[in-house]
Amino acid sequence: MSVAARAAAQPSPSPSSRAELSDRSRSERRLGLLLSAPAVAVMLLVTAYPLVNALYLSLFRYRLTAPDDRRFVWFANYATALSDPLFWQDVLTTLIITAVTVAVELVIGFGFAMVMHRALFARRTVRTAILLPYGIVTVISAFAWKYAFDLQSGFVNSWFGAGDYAWFSHRWASMLVIVLSEIWKTTPFVSLLLLAGLAQVPRDLGEAATVDGATAWQRLWRVTVPNMKAAILVAVLFRTLDAWRIFDNVFVMTSGQQKTETLSFLTYRQTITRTAIGLGDAVGVLLFLSVVLIAAVFIRGFRVDLSQVRGDR
Amino acid sequence: MAAITMSDIVKRYGDGFPAVNRVSLDVQDGEFMILVGPSGCGKSTLLRMIVGLEDITSGEMRIGDRIVNTVAPRQRNLSMVFQNYALYPHLTVFENIAFPLRLAKVPGDEVDRRVRDTAALLELTEHLDRKPAHLSGGQRQRVAMGRAIVRQADAFLFDEPLSNLDAKLRGQMRTEISRLQRRLGVTTVYVTHDQTEAMTLGDRVAVLRKGELQQVGSPRELYEQPENLFVAGFIGSPSMNFLPATPSGTELRTPLGTLRLDDQRKVDAIGDRRIVLVGIRPADFEDASLVSHGKRARGAVVRARVDVTEWLGNELYAYVPYEAPEDVAMRLRDLSRELDSDQLRTQAVVALDPSSRIHAGDDVELWVNTARLHLFDPSSGLNLTRDEDAVAALAAQSDASREAQRAAQRTETQEVPPIDPD
Amino acid sequence: METARSKWLWAAGSLLILVWTVFPILWIVMLSFKQPGEIGNRHGFLPHTWTWENYRTVFRTGLFTSALVNSIGISLIATVVGVTFATLVAYAIARLEFPGKRLILSFALAIAMFPVVSLVGPLFNLWRDIGLYDTWPGLIIPYISFALPLAIWTLSAFFREIPWEMEQAAQVDGATTWQAFRKVIVPLAAPGVFTAAILTFFFCWNDFVFGISLTSTDNARPVPAALAFFTGASYFQQPTTAICAAAVVVTVPVVVIVLLFQRRIVAGLTAGAVKG
Repeated sequence: MSVAARAAAQPSPSPSSRAELSDRSRSERRLGLLLSAPAVAVMLLVTAYPLVNALYLSLFRYRLTAPDDRRFVWFANYATALSDPLFWQDVLTTLIITAVTVAVELVIGFGFAMVMHRALFARRTVRTAILLPYGIVTVISAFAWKYAFDLQSGFVNSWFGAGDYAWFSHRWASMLVIVLSEIWKTTPFVSLLLLAGLAQVPRDLGEAATVDGATAWQRLWRVTVPNMKAAILVAVLFRTLDAWRIFDNVFVMTSGQQKTETLSFLTYRQTITRTAIGLGDAVGVLLFLSVVLIAAVFIRGFRVDLSQVRGDR
Repeated sequence: MAAITMSDIVKRYGDGFPAVNRVSLDVQDGEFMILVGPSGCGKSTLLRMIVGLEDITSGEMRIGDRIVNTVAPRQRNLSMVFQNYALYPHLTVFENIAFPLRLAKVPGDEVDRRVRDTAALLELTEHLDRKPAHLSGGQRQRVAMGRAIVRQADAFLFDEPLSNLDAKLRGQMRTEISRLQRRLGVTTVYVTHDQTEAMTLGDRVAVLRKGELQQVGSPRELYEQPENLFVAGFIGSPSMNFLPATPSGTELRTPLGTLRLDDQRKVDAIGDRRIVLVGIRPADFEDASLVSHGKRARGAVVRARVDVTEWLGNELYAYVPYEAPEDVAMRLRDLSRELDSDQLRTQAVVALDPSSRIHAGDDVELWVNTARLHLFDPSSGLNLTRDEDAVAALAAQSDASREAQRAAQRTETQEVPPIDPD
Repeated sequence: METARSKWLWAAGSLLILVWTVFPILWIVMLSFKQPGEIGNRHGFLPHTWTWENYRTVFRTGLFTSALVNSIGISLIATVVGVTFATLVAYAIARLEFPGKRLILSFALAIAMFPVVSLVGPLFNLWRDIGLYDTWPGLIIPYISFALPLAIWTLSAFFREIPWEMEQAAQVDGATTWQAFRKVIVPLAAPGVFTAAILTFFFCWNDFVFGISLTSTDNARPVPAALAFFTGASYFQQPTTAICAAAVVVTVPVVVIVLLFQRRIVAGLTAGAVKG
């Protein structure tokens, strides 16, 4: 207590005097850089070097199985990728998966957030339960949904009278199941973000709108939603980037069969499975650029304030 | 415009505790009614039941001649100013004020005209394109009021609208609200815990305590003829002093000294009580050395030791501690706690003329205006000396002054273009 | 106004959420108790005959047990190291004035958005060249670097809430900046650090891309990757039930952590996401 009292009595030294750095602020700068060094070093090692390396190698024709046959081919790999219908089919697949999951998650997530915000019934239990899908390993969620729809092991066909319909033999049916598993796993994250946003909307506003003559529906659209725009945009941004990189579910459920291959899967297949380093890296760079593009659109277009968001995956 | 009639209103929460208990109150058409009381007394709950944000457990709520117990807030046609103003942060000042009109699907040019009229009335015209976040406290307050008056609501409800402003602005906005209400003549219910707002704004004031209505009356009536210990203690600042006294004949023995009662009506009121509480307002004390001889005879003089003095320029407060029997002291402590006062010891506060030379630590002679003291039953808290004739006179007086004010306002309003001629 | 009807509607909503979240997990648990032979013959939800056989199979399978050890070891080490690094950075960002602090935050955010798969190829080559392929450090390093952004952002949000004067008071009392950090801020920051640790652990535990790309044997292969390549006890039998038993085993820690630290996880997930 005496500490706090003394702190109050002693005005804090202001860091504003830039002209001549005091010993204190010089040591502060040094400490700041020192403390950040290890984390920055690790992040650089794992991202900067491989990215530069990928950029470099993407300009070569290079297969791991034939290391001697390595030739500089300028942007030929990019041309190959961009002119391949498979690439565009994968783009389309990824796009559809992303659009559908984000849209559905936003709606369901908002509903869940509303329920968590308003319902008093089993409040703690609900908030605990909603974290389960978030915590569960994506691969396991993929297995759960795969087996549920599987003809051999699943219950879906017999419960919903789908007969012998083989879900994983059709493109759209497989996509549906992939999307379902992704939605199940990540809606909790969306709903928690939206719940935090909902909690930021003062109760007063809703009441004021009620008195001003708004129906429940008008309150939602004219007062609640506009005032949690930040939370909605953050949720959409992170979920869009997340869904765009979808990989685990596709790997487990279809291995990219039935035209369900996504961009991430294509990259993986080229670099790791086919060991076509040059071409794979080119696809990887394209994937990277697409992510940058999406992020830029969000940050510029929707003016998501980066100081308000943080990373998550 | 409409009267608001509450009969036997009860609000009970899940735990069975009544936040508002059997309140019956008539707010007449065009009247400015104040709901006042310490925090937790149920005044805000009552207001929220009028507007429909809280369900009514039992009783009947009428607006005009319509029973509104189950009517949705948006169909009650009331407007409300919230404590934190509840301005929509994503909308401009213009759109904030226009919001109720937009919901009512009023045509665009009509909205524009009415919002601009309202803004002109509240001197907000130059701020119409700004967002609430960029406004000062007083401006936000005015926007909230603009939103309330822009449509022709049957009544205005205010929930402690000035409590977030600093003292100076509060004074300004207080007169602003008063002027606006007189001018528009709309029924108004105003919740506050502020003495000054309660005394200056209202035609009538309703004092609530623990969900129960204590007294309704003009500010003067509450001050001069309080019905019980609670109202007497709550209205007036500093609070009325309560001294335990043992009556003997026409004399009252108090810890400060003996007071003689000249008024036979008061002596009769004591009856056969062995102990009563004497209520004396701080202003009814004087420094005996400054009192003229003739006046001195019309009151009592007591000797006391002053503990602390506070010189405020226009007044001098002196604090006089006294001893009280334990049970009475406890009762007074409970009362003081209920009144949200932090006074812990039994002491009398006296307001003296600033020219008095009394110092802390002095033994002084104080003159008490015995004609204005009240006597309370210590167990029930009832005021034994309430004068019904005086009450009736006060009521008549306040009605008359209100009518006069209305009339004056009406002539004035005719010169200013009305907000919405219909 | 809360009418009785709307109360029931919200309660129904709560119930719906419970079903939504728990049902698929329940399904995996049911599968794990079915006999391997039951797959393909019966299409029910509940097991026909309950059996522990799958769990015995799983724990007798070297691939799974070593994967479990790998997962636990790698995740724990990555969590400890990553959170330590993140704590240092977050402290510097929240408390110190130094050049480049916004740059670090933006860089961290950029990494959080990074498509991991784009890097897997080059990392694969690099790790082979320097001998990190198929080793614990070979996974720990990427885990740390990709979990760092989350941890840094969560922690700096937490750290901003810590009363700044306390540290200055300590400095006035004669502590160096470092001592002020260690003796005053660390105890105050411990809950936030713990939350960041949980989130980081979840991240590492969940990884799949690095797991399948940067390992080839049970040397370092973590559980999610192992599950994808799991063949069961016999090549002639569907591994479904065994996979589910393994899945249940790796889900248990998640459930326990969620049950114990529900509040912290929610706080961590939403910290700094929406400005207060």
